[in-house]
Amino acid sequence: MSDERILKFHILRFNPQVKGDVPTMKTYEVKEAPGMTIFIALNDIRETQDPSLQFDFICRAGICGSCAMIINGRPDLACRTLTSKFPDGEIKLLPLPGFELIGDLSVNTGKFMRAMSERVESWIHDTYADSVDLDRLEERMDPDIADQIYELERCVECGCCISACATKRMRDGFLGAVGFMRLARYALDPRDKRSDEEFYEIIGDDDGVFGCMTLLGCQDYCPKDLPHQTQIAYLRRKMALVK
Amino acid sequence: MKVIYTDSLIIGGGLAGLRTAIATRQRGYDSIILSLMPAKRSHSAAAQGGMQASLGASVKGEGDNEDVHFEDTVKGSDWGCDQDVARMFVNTAPKAIRQLCAWGVPWSRVRKGDREVVINGQKVTITEKDENHGLITSRDFGGTKKWRTCYTSDGAGHTMLYAMDNKAIELGIQVHERKEAVALIHEDGVCYGAVVRDLITGELLAYVAKATVIATGGYGRLYAVTTNAVISEGIGNAIALETGVAPLGNMEAVQFHPTAIVPVGILTTEGCRGDGGLLLDKDGYRFMPDYEPGKKELASRDVVSRRMTEHIRKGKGVPSRYGDHLWLDITLLGRAHIEKNLREVKEICEYFLGIDPVKEYIPVRPTQHYSMGGVRTKPTGESPTLKGLFAAGEASCWDMHGFNRLGGNSVAETVVAGMIVGEYVADYCASNPLKIDTELIEKFVNQEQEKISTLLSRDKGESAFALKKEMQQIMMDKVGIFRNEADLSKAVEELKVLHQKSKNIALRYKVRAANPELVEAIRVPKMIRLAQCVAYGAMLRKESRGAHSREDYPERNDRDWLKRTLTFWKNEDEDLPEVKYEELNIMKMEIAPGARGYGVDNTIHHPDTEKRLAEIEEIKKTNPSADRFELQRLLNPIEIPEKFRGKNERIGIGFK
Ligand SMILES: Cc1cc2nc3c(=O)[nH]c(=O)nc-3n(C[C@H](O)[C@H](O)[C@H](O)COP(=O)(O)OP(=O)(O)OC[C@H]3O[C@@H](n4cnc5c(N)ncnc54)[C@H](O)[C@@H]3O)c2cc1C
Ligand code: SF4
Ligand code: SF4
Ligand code: FES
Repeated sequence: MSDERILKFHILRFNPQVKGDVPTMKTYEVKEAPGMTIFIALNDIRETQDPSLQFDFICRAGICGSCAMIINGRPDLACRTLTSKFPDGEIKLLPLPGFELIGDLSVNTGKFMRAMSERVESWIHDTYADSVDLDRLEERMDPDIADQIYELERCVECGCCISACATKRMRDGFLGAVGFMRLARYALDPRDKRSDEEFYEIIGDDDGVFGCMTLLGCQDYCPKDLPHQTQIAYLRRKMALVK
Repeated sequence: MKVIYTDSLIIGGGLAGLRTAIATRQRGYDSIILSLMPAKRSHSAAAQGGMQASLGASVKGEGDNEDVHFEDTVKGSDWGCDQDVARMFVNTAPKAIRQLCAWGVPWSRVRKGDREVVINGQKVTITEKDENHGLITSRDFGGTKKWRTCYTSDGAGHTMLYAMDNKAIELGIQVHERKEAVALIHEDGVCYGAVVRDLITGELLAYVAKATVIATGGYGRLYAVTTNAVISEGIGNAIALETGVAPLGNMEAVQFHPTAIVPVGILTTEGCRGDGGLLLDKDGYRFMPDYEPGKKELASRDVVSRRMTEHIRKGKGVPSRYGDHLWLDITLLGRAHIEKNLREVKEICEYFLGIDPVKEYIPVRPTQHYSMGGVRTKPTGESPTLKGLFAAGEASCWDMHGFNRLGGNSVAETVVAGMIVGEYVADYCASNPLKIDTELIEKFVNQEQEKISTLLSRDKGESAFALKKEMQQIMMDKVGIFRNEADLSKAVEELKVLHQKSKNIALRYKVRAANPELVEAIRVPKMIRLAQCVAYGAMLRKESRGAHSREDYPERNDRDWLKRTLTFWKNEDEDLPEVKYEELNIMKMEIAPGARGYGVDNTIHHPDTEKRLAEIEEIKKTNPSADRFELQRLLNPIEIPEKFRGKNERIGIGFK
């Protein structure tokens, strides 16, 4: 029965590269197939109905974080969203807010994330890291710490948390959950020699953790289920102790 | 015309490209990375399983060293690899992983004491040594003698790529995102950079560099179903091919991974079987021990994929609306293990199949996975015929994988190649001035501009999407796991027709900027040429070696085929590549050709094999006191950049 469904995709269309183009919602009908994801459906639309439709998929397996968009009001990874999830077959797609629009459903998360990485200095700070003798045994690490770091490093830079953040909407300079998570990851890592004061420099103001209203849109929509609530609380406590 | 200058232009922001850029940057040369997408989204992120490096810290890795890794790699390649390169690789891999450790990868660590693992379907307790606690641990993977694959829970590629990109950001290396290299600029056998299309504005740019590096990943998307990302379309290989000067190597060597989910082809990592998962048929019967009593599910990938296909052909597959498949059973590993070390697999099963792999079997089938072929290079990473053009990672045929690569050896290759090739790229930058010949640059940019204008102005013609689909289906049906003359020659003929048609692509959406149809129209003719290199190379190679398996020539034929296929495409009007062969010199091999240890050995040997075996024996006899390092130098003296020549320390063994 469900094989025969006709899905209705309502998609925001806008190509800022084309002079005079204005944003409009357009509707496309697609015959549903078993196991169909939004990735499959959008490609089908591009191939058979409208070759100009822009969107970003790379891994199509929920791994690379390219394909976040607003799906019926919720930010999520489109590649792993099955169309069967929507009982009425109506699917409304909007580009992720909070990022520069490239066109249609494609946004420039890359530029944003690079800036975020530069801002939090998303790398191990250790003056000796480049003089490590590569022939010798590596520095040991507690297996639990390694696992915990990995837990915080699972972020795929999809941007869902940014699009769901009320503070970010009001304050352009607000770092956002993805940045907090990145910082928490380095704060936990014994290989990073930065002091709390140095972290404070980065996030100890209203554009940092003290601006966060803890409404936790980030936690609700993070497709990798990262522990935003605990980490934001942890960073706040840590930063409160600095001053 | 916008021209951007740099010392080294790195095309590709995956692990290989990033590491190469870091190496050249650290030597003081400016490098720019081009990428279709943000670097962190490169397909390297998808590697869940891990990276091979012979650290030997886990108890099941004890006794491991470069030599064991070397032997596994050479056997895995079915003696098709370049043993010099494989040697450089195994000796450097431990350093690569330790460096990544210093750069932030949270590698999973050895935990002292008992732990329960599943080996050969049985729960077994193994005990990790106290003194190894906290060192990088490893898991089992196919085709390896030791547990050598180091990992980060279920996200090795992700954590490696993030650490690498973060390092590049620290060094201030620019990544020019959403830029696609569409042609190389070259003249008289020297490469000077690339013509690049901005995927947002549609503008064509010239990037002019001393050295150009292709690190664009694999060409899995020549096939309709593949584990590869949608951007793994081989365009980097194609632009090298289109120079007519740089050859591609062994394009017919295409790997099929045993366990991708049906129907969409998303991978479930080899870690599933490495950690103890089993393959079952429609009767719930574990069939692999019948075929491969030794390594069973953990035989080399090409072997397992063929055995699965054979078993399905015997009617033992599970029928489904998408054709027959088999089951991957990881239920025996238990919830705790799956949720920690195979979580990505669990997510994939939940999202794409709607099943819980803790309780249910996973439907799997062998699926295109890895491209052993690519831009042919010397051990330095430079093209043998186009100076200043280098390649690294999956896009290259540096050739440490020969006709089959081992799981975990690929991300390891990307990093090691980045380190080694990066040094040679820096050397090249040091000894070659930046040549700027505006006329030449303009000629190449105009050529591409014209092609695009033609595409945009053609009223009626072929659909790029349709041609691509046809090509992908031809590759699936006729250039797959098992190959034969009849199918291959049909494929070659059909691809010729497609190649002709691809000269007549017309667009429905005639806009220069941000136009996905135009992107497709530019890529598809390139992809068809690559597909032809694969199909034609496969048709000509009348033997079976590694992943290239001919039903009509089932034996590995060292006598006639111990050679590397080189394909050139000198003229765009031709429908077939020019094919040459490069002999592999047995008399220089550290390990002379032998049996891999799977099924019946029906190798047709080369007369040199016996000679070399005798010679090796002789060398060993005349140097009775030589340790393993001296022996290696005697048998396989290799050039390796100074900084990577040191011996590797191992716990409990030291530098021995
Ligand atoms: C699902 C999956 C799982 C895997 N798991 C493992 C594993 O566990 N262990 C292992 O060893 N190997 C694994 N592999 C293989 C391994 O991940 C890849 O071979 C390796 O990561 C390739 O890295 P790379 O740097 O060569 O290329 P990629 O990471 O593919 O990067 C290619 C880069 O090139 C850019 N690019 C491409 N074309 C152009 C162009 N024309 N212009 C500009 N830029 C371009 C892209 O944007 C990208 O940045 C796996 C592969 C897959 C598909
Ligand atoms: S908790 Fe803070 S970071 Fe998360 S969505 Fe709310 S304001 Fe944004
Ligand atoms: S924290 Fe979660 S929602 Fe935010 S970018 Fe990372 S994965 Fe996406
Ligand atoms: S395409 Fe990679 S996460 Fe969706």
